[in-house]
Formats: sequence, structure tokens, C-alpha cells
Amino acid sequence: MSAPDTKSAPDTKAAASAVPDVRRRRRPVTGSLLVGGLIVAVVLGMALLSFVWTPHDPTLVNASARLQKPSLEYWFGTDKFGRDVFSQILVGSRTTLFVGFVAVGVAAVVGVPLGIAAGMAPRWLGELLMRANDLLLAFPALLLAIMFAAVYGASTLVAMVAIGIASIPNFARLIRGGTLQVMKTEYVTAARAAGRGPFAIAVRHVLPNVSSLVIVQASVGFAIAVLAEAALSFLGFGTPPPTPSWGRMLQESQEMLSSAPRLAVFPGIAIAVAVLGFNLLGDGLRDRFDPKLEDRR
Amino acid sequence: MIVRLVQRIGILLASLVVSSVLVFAFMAVLPGDPARVALGVSASDTAVAQLREQFGLDRPLVVQYFSWVKGLVTFDPGNSYISQTAIGPQIADRLQVTLWLVGAGMALACILAIPMGTLMAVRHRKPSGLILSALSQVGVAVPAFLAGILLVTVFAVGLGWLPANGWTPPAQDPVMFLKQLVLPALSLGLVQGAMLTRYVRSAVLDVLREDYLRTARAKGLRPTRALLRHGLRNAAVPVVTVLALHLATLLVGAVVIERVFVIPGLGSLLLDSVSNRDLIMVQDVVMIIAMAVLLVNFLVDIIYLVIDPRLRAGAS
Amino acid sequence: MTGNVTGDVLAVRNLDVTVGGRKLVEDVGFTIGAGERVGLIGESGSGKSLTALSVMGLLPEGLRATGSVRLAGVDHDLVGADEARMSRVRGKEIAMVFQEPMTALNPTMRVGRQIAEVLLIHRTRPDRASARAAAVELLAQVGLPDPAAAAQAYPHQFSGGQRQRVVLAIALANDPALLVCDEPTTALDVTVQARVLDLIVRGVQDRRSAMLFITHDLAVVATACERVMVMYGGRLVESGPVQEVFTRPRHRYTQGLIGASDLTVVDDRGRLATIPGSVPPAGQFPAGCVFRNRCAHATEACATRPEWVPTGPDSGYACFHPASESPASQSGAHVKGTPMNQEAGRG
Repeated sequence: MSAPDTKSAPDTKAAASAVPDVRRRRRPVTGSLLVGGLIVAVVLGMALLSFVWTPHDPTLVNASARLQKPSLEYWFGTDKFGRDVFSQILVGSRTTLFVGFVAVGVAAVVGVPLGIAAGMAPRWLGELLMRANDLLLAFPALLLAIMFAAVYGASTLVAMVAIGIASIPNFARLIRGGTLQVMKTEYVTAARAAGRGPFAIAVRHVLPNVSSLVIVQASVGFAIAVLAEAALSFLGFGTPPPTPSWGRMLQESQEMLSSAPRLAVFPGIAIAVAVLGFNLLGDGLRDRFDPKLEDRR
Repeated sequence: MIVRLVQRIGILLASLVVSSVLVFAFMAVLPGDPARVALGVSASDTAVAQLREQFGLDRPLVVQYFSWVKGLVTFDPGNSYISQTAIGPQIADRLQVTLWLVGAGMALACILAIPMGTLMAVRHRKPSGLILSALSQVGVAVPAFLAGILLVTVFAVGLGWLPANGWTPPAQDPVMFLKQLVLPALSLGLVQGAMLTRYVRSAVLDVLREDYLRTARAKGLRPTRALLRHGLRNAAVPVVTVLALHLATLLVGAVVIERVFVIPGLGSLLLDSVSNRDLIMVQDVVMIIAMAVLLVNFLVDIIYLVIDPRLRAGAS
Repeated sequence: MTGNVTGDVLAVRNLDVTVGGRKLVEDVGFTIGAGERVGLIGESGSGKSLTALSVMGLLPEGLRATGSVRLAGVDHDLVGADEARMSRVRGKEIAMVFQEPMTALNPTMRVGRQIAEVLLIHRTRPDRASARAAAVELLAQVGLPDPAAAAQAYPHQFSGGQRQRVVLAIALANDPALLVCDEPTTALDVTVQARVLDLIVRGVQDRRSAMLFITHDLAVVATACERVMVMYGGRLVESGPVQEVFTRPRHRYTQGLIGASDLTVVDDRGRLATIPGSVPPAGQFPAGCVFRNRCAHATEACATRPEWVPTGPDSGYACFHPASESPASQSGAHVKGTPMNQEAGRG
């Protein structure tokens, strides 16, 4: 038992927690955050490394080294054009991260203000904004990107913007939920009573309080963007050649499945691991941040 | 109840109108001249003018919009700019194929996710639950087309049990139809199922913490029966929401899967039309997919009313 | 079947509830006679709810009970019994009314079915039709107007007080030998508290059921119960007939509790009496007497654990420096605002 030198007036917080509510105890720091963070760091590291060093030129066609098995020279082997698979994976991580950053950026820049506005607006207006927002859910990232590509032709930019627009509803909905909760708090009531305008309240009170939601959603949105980019490149609507992209590597591997299945395995693993990393990071961050603002939809 | 129903129908109609305007604006107005897009830059001005006249592209945009909507509503969307063939029958054919694929994928996902997710929730502190959790996390990270490629590598190329690709209508050869359906449906269903499992898990976990489940046990129900009788209906509300959202993902996922398995579905039609610069076809297919998603959302709203008596009352 | 010489309905012995290595309830033992109504009082965190949940075998995940809980007519110990056995006892021999009526009922099931269910589980009615009829009858007994219509309604159509009546109807459906009530009126409006309390007492009296009533409200215990037990820091500190304990408390904690609830007692500066300090977090109670860091009478002797001093067949206390047997109203005010417990704690 603990030494009995308890102060005469322990603080009220401690007293309130005297009933151990086991089921609501926060989970101990999960492995998700650690593993997710580590994977994301590795992907980032690969992208940075690819700027200064790759074992081979990833775009160099070498007819004498076609379809090599993995070796010391070619760690992951070579493809049907004799290009080094490992180098392509390294440089491909750049494409993946670039698309993710821009897509998440577009989604956050539009979605966060939209969500805050919908949360602070009068109820009917907020509902209307959310209905419009939900309408966008009828156009998933891939569909939107295909529409864009039909009009403007396939390019990385088109893919990024389409994925970004398609990710807006997730941000807006989540942030509106958070904003509605913040607006109920007493410090916001106090700020309003003190005559602060809605813009000041949004910037000073709402934004800081929903920022953890933004970070979590950004991480999850990143995973979605990586998946969408891979699918788009696979279909030929994403990154055009010769820039290496994991999705397109998979597409190119398809015709060689019977003779060289490893060509599908390496980019496949790269995609899955990167997505896993961002998902785990998002989960881990959600556990770390205030669970009260967690939107459980 | 009636008020709610009317309200939901109103929302559905409004959503359909707004999304059709959006699609029209994007596909028919933004590109400038669809006839020019269809024929390419090198086409002569007279050829372009001829095509414009033939498809009524020289009329005011409002007129064009209404004639397009009229075509959709009457199931007669006219002819393609490129192949000059009727669009309606093509879409109907392809839609059938895609619906088989999506239906089978969805069914597989549910069969996988509902028991697994429930099991994971019930055992969430035990090693078996944690392992299942980790597995589902990995499953979520695998794109459907990658799953497809891997399945083909193992079961078609490696073991030779199933055909690697192709499509046979069920009326023509039911056995071949099923054989060819298995791998694409699995690719969609496994990945979607992994995602769904996580939602089922968290919905069931939430329900497990509810007081009424304790009441049910205090009545003398064993934990499993208490969960089955009192929990699942309550857990269904959030799961049904997610199912609806997933249908949109599945429809689009099918686009990619159709490409992997060379299946002549709506997705292949969409992709071919994009490569052919057949904008009117793209416009129609996109609208069909959006309509399907909105319709499912509407059905989900109706299902809520059936599941949750609190919503029926009309008090929000 | 074990012989129960005294005719007790419930016998709890050496009950401990632990989580991790911490003891939340320690060495609690008591009996409840047939038809007897016993109150269990204490502040939040005293372990009273956990004691009740251990009796029901419904402790939250992660908490473990050890010791013995025997129920008359049940041939196994309730502590450590498997779910199959417990499920036969719950809802039939022991039933429970929970604190929060708003969430205790399944929102997607009609109220009548929820009551009929408990009859069908234990096969106390032969078929659905008779169970439904019995459910309507029970709803009438708990005083819901138009019980036939109420049976067809969903929980969200009722107020908190009405829902608690429904929960009570479920609990009383199989005429349990023991009804456990965990603060059943706390969440209700003050105006409906008395009526629900009255229904509970009448319900158990009509069925000759025994009752274990958990509350922190002394007035409720005084009206509903014959005997009272006081818990603090996970231990039973005093027990006895309500009249006796409330007028002549022996344990210093009971004394403080009663002093604090007596609004006529003030100190020389005109302030209401309070117990100094607050309940420490679970597992951080002092060794020896759990109350000694808040007690004005604590001495070095209190560093060892006080033995239970019986004062009658069902009464006693655990204190080294009990209040005298003179009436309590005076001594209650003696609990001082600034205690010497820092020194007292040195032991």
C-alpha cells in the first residue's frame, strides 16, 4: 500500500476518478503509432534518398539485362525493358508521396473551412452544406479522376486534383462534427458574449480544437490517396511514363504474370506497406488525441 | 413516418437534379466543343459542324441539358458520337455484368465481415481478436486490383484451378459463369470485407458497452445470446451506413477489377469510351454510377426507418 | 443444496474485487434474511456498486471477484460460477434495477417484448401469448397508465421515471428471492423519486423478496430499508438496524456522513458540517483504517486494521475509537474542518 501521507485535500480530479471506469480507460500507447510512424518515415526516407542516389537509372532501358532475377547487381531484378525494379520503387515513392501531399492539401484547404463554416452556420444552412457535401460522395475519387482524364487527358496533376476533390467530403463532415462540439463549449459562449466575431472565434477557438481531427484525417486521407493513385496509374489515367509509379509498374507486370510474378510482388508490397503505414499512423494518432472529439460514424 | 418518407424522396430527387447538372456542366460544357474532342484536332471544320448538327450540339446548352435528361429518364439516351450506335442497350448490357460482380463482391464482403467483425469485438482483449484485427488492417491496405493480380497468379497461373479472365453470361453457361466470377468477386469482396470488418468490430464494441446489454444479461441471457438478440440490430445502424458508402467504392472498384479480369462491364465501357474520346458515353456512364450511389443512399435512409424506431417518430 | 441454518437469502463472505493488483473491495461479508430490506450506503468510489455487481456476477471486464456469495436455493457459489449457471440464476433468483433508466432498455425492441423475454428465458410462462399477457399485467402493477398500449411502445416514448418502472417490471417479473437496486432513483427527477421508491418497496413486499438497496442518499435508506450497511474505501465499516445506525452511529465515518446530511447542525461559525478532504482514488486509501487520513479521532493505533466489533446479530462496526452510544446529533458536529491528520498519517 502507498505511504499514508495523503494531503488533507486531494484535488477534485483525483476524487472524481475514484471509481475506476475500466472500459473507458484510454488504451495504452499503441503499437499502431510506432509501427505506422516507422513505415511512413521509411517511405519518406526512400523518396529523399531517391533524389541523391539510386542503384541504377530507373528509366534506363537495357536490352541486355531484361527480366533479370534479383541479384546483388539488381536487388529486385529487372523488368521486361531491363529497367532496375528497385530503383523504380525508390523513385516511385516520390510520385506516391507527391500525389498524397497535394491531394490531402486540396481536400484540407477546401474541406476544413467548409466544415467549420457548416458547423458555425445556422442549423438549416449547415444541413444544406452537408447535403451538398454528401452529394460529392456519389463521385468517388476514381470516377472523378476518370472524368477529369476524359476531358483534360491523363496526368499526375489531374489525378492529384481529382483525388483531392473527392476527399473533401470526409474532411468537411468530420470537421463539422468537431466544430459543433466546440461551439457548445463554455469558452465559445464566453467569447461570443464578449462580442468576438465569428471569424475570430473560428480562428482562435475552433481551429485549434479541431486541428487534431485534421491531422488524423490527413493521415487516413493520405492512405486513400496512395490507393487511388495506384489504381489510376494501373488504369493508365495517372502518372504517364516514363516517370516511375507503383501502380503503373503493377499494370506493366500483368502480362508477365506467368513468367515473372515478382514484377507484381515488389510494387504490390510497396503500395500495401505504404497504405498500411498511413492507416496505422492515423489510428495511432486518433488514440493519442482527445477521444472526446472523436467522430464515431 | 410518411413525412420522413416524403422528405427522403425529396432529398433523393434534389440530389439527382444537382448531380446531373454537375455532370452535364463538367462533361458537356467544360471541354468546349464535344464534337471537336470526338473528332480530334486534325478534323476539318465541316466534319465538326456536321457532327454538331447531327447530335444537336449547336442548340442552346439548356435545351441540350433537358434533351439529355429526357433521354436518361426515357431510357433512350441516343447514339454515341463515335460509333454512332445506340447507347442505351450497351449500358444495359454492361450494367448487368457489373451488378453481378458488385453483388457477388458485396455478398462475400458481408459474409466475411459480419461474423469476423463480431468475433473481433467479442475477443478484443484476447490474442485471437488482436491477430484478426491486424490481419484486417493488412487487408485494408491491399488495393483490390493487387488482390486480383495475386489471386490470378496463385489460382489461375499457378494452380490452374480457375480461369484467369473472361466473362460468360449466366444464361449461356452457368458453370463457366460461376468459375469466371469467383476470382473477380473474391478480389472485390476480400478487400471490401477487410474494411467492413473494422466497422463491424467498432459498431459491435460500442454496443457491447451499452447498458441494455447488461440488462439483457441481468435477465438471464448468456453473453452471446444477449449480443445476438439485443446487440446486432443496434449495431446494424452504423454498419448499414458504411455499407452504402462502400457500394460506391465497390462500383468504382469494379471498374479496375473489370480491367484486370477483362470483363465487359460498365467499367470497361467507361474506360474504352474515355480512350475513344466518346464524351457522351462517358457522361452517361458516370451519371448511371452516380445515380446508383444516390439511390442506395436513399434506400439506406429507408432501412434506418425500419431498424430504428426512434427515427420513425419524426423527432430528430 | 446447502443448509442455510439462519434462513438467510444471501450470504456474502470474504468478498474481494480486484483489478490488476489493486483491491477495490476488500473482505466484505454480510447476510440478508428472507424478505429483509437492506441498504448499502457510501460515497462514490466506496465499492458499493461493485459489491452489488459481484453478487449479480456482472462485474465489468477486467475486474475479478474472489470470496464467496451464496444464494438460498442455489447449489453453487455465485463467485466464479460459469455463465451457463449464472444465467439460470440471474433474472430468476436475483434481479437488478440499474441506475440509468435512459440507457438500460433496448431502444429497438418494444417494451412488452422486453418484459416478456425474461419470462420466456426462464420458462416461467409456457408461451409467447401468456408471457405477453403477463407483461401487460406487470406494467399495470408498476403503475403505467394504459399498460396494453405501453407494452406496444418503444423505450424512447417514455420518460425516465416511466422507463425505470419498466426496468422494475422486468426485475420483478419472476418474483426473485433477492432484488438488487443500484441507485435506482438517483437519475430521476426529484418529484418522481418518491413514487418509484414506493413502487420498489411495495413490489418486494408483495413478493416477500429480499432487497439490497444501494444509494448514497440517507433519507432513501431511512424510508425503504430496515437495516443499513455503510461502506468506505472498499470495506464495510458499520452495519445495523437503520434506526440504530442513524441515531447512534459508532464508526467515525458514519458519524461524519450523518452529520454532513443534517442541515440543522452547524459549527460555531455557522457552517454546515462536512467530512474534511475527499475520497482518495481507488487503491490509494491508507493502510490500516481506510478512513484515518480524514478522521479527527485517528491515532497511531489506526495504522493497523481495525477488527469488526459485533454489537448484535446483524450489527457491528470496525473502528478503534468509536463514538459513544449517546445520541449522534451532537457529536456529528465535532468533526473538524482542519484536522490533525498529517500527524495522524505518520504511523
